[in-house]
Amino acid sequence: MIPILKLKGILLSSLQGDLTDNEVLEYQSRMLNMLEKTEAKGVLIDITGLDIVDSFMARVINETANMARIMGTEVVLCGMQPMVALTLVEMGRELIGVQTALNLDKGFDKILILIGSEKGE
Amino acid sequence: MSKRIPLQTESDLLFARQAAREMMREMGFGSADQTRMATAISELARNVLKYAGEGTCTLIDEQDEREMVLRVVVEDNGPGITNIDQAMEDGFTTGNGLGAGLPGAKRLVNNFDIASEPGYTKITMEIRRHANK
Repeated sequence: MIPILKLKGILLSSLQGDLTDNEVLEYQSRMLNMLEKTEAKGVLIDITGLDIVDSFMARVINETANMARIMGTEVVLCGMQPMVALTLVEMGRELIGVQTALNLDKGFDKILILIGSEKGE
Repeated sequence: MSKRIPLQTESDLLFARQAAREMMREMGFGSADQTRMATAISELARNVLKYAGEGTCTLIDEQDEREMVLRVVVEDNGPGITNIDQAMEDGFTTGNGLGAGLPGAKRLVNNFDIASEPGYTKITMEIRRHANK
């Protein structure tokens, strides 16, 4: 199970390694449920640990971000590996259409700005 | 050298793409090519599981003195692809995906070939680079 942590007003999770489709889909619905329960203002998804993102994974990440957004939260995706960026762009089409940041550090800064709070409260 | 991997479950898909990555690393391919092929295999293997239920993925080391070549053959005995041109179009899908699978995979490799009839589909992909020896 992919852990989802609440840090101040932000739901933080890190996708790592070889995830099965079921794990990813379970994560998607648990994330949305947690959003409702915790009233988080932002979602930060770190993908430093993913060395392959195929079109399925890209779609689920996009959908999760869009779902969180229409529920009224901000979403930032961070830590995409260089080779993953390369393959996603080469595969063509807009596979990723969310706010992104280079790493977790910059991602956290960005989500704080987006939710308009210095403390994340 | 070749390696045949059965595709029956999702963990086979994960295993196939890791096996390709490993084989390419040993052959001397860089991490960009390893990621390209692993991602392409992921797209095709997903189609096999979804439309045919099961199949195989064969990794073949075809290198000679001048070139490093990894050929990957993905086969299944599913219903087959009725309209290959349509299947290669961006955004076309008979399932519920984005329809980025086949055309996406094609863009990641140097050679991409589909042979399909009802009951048998074979997709061959290659990445080739000059040997850096």
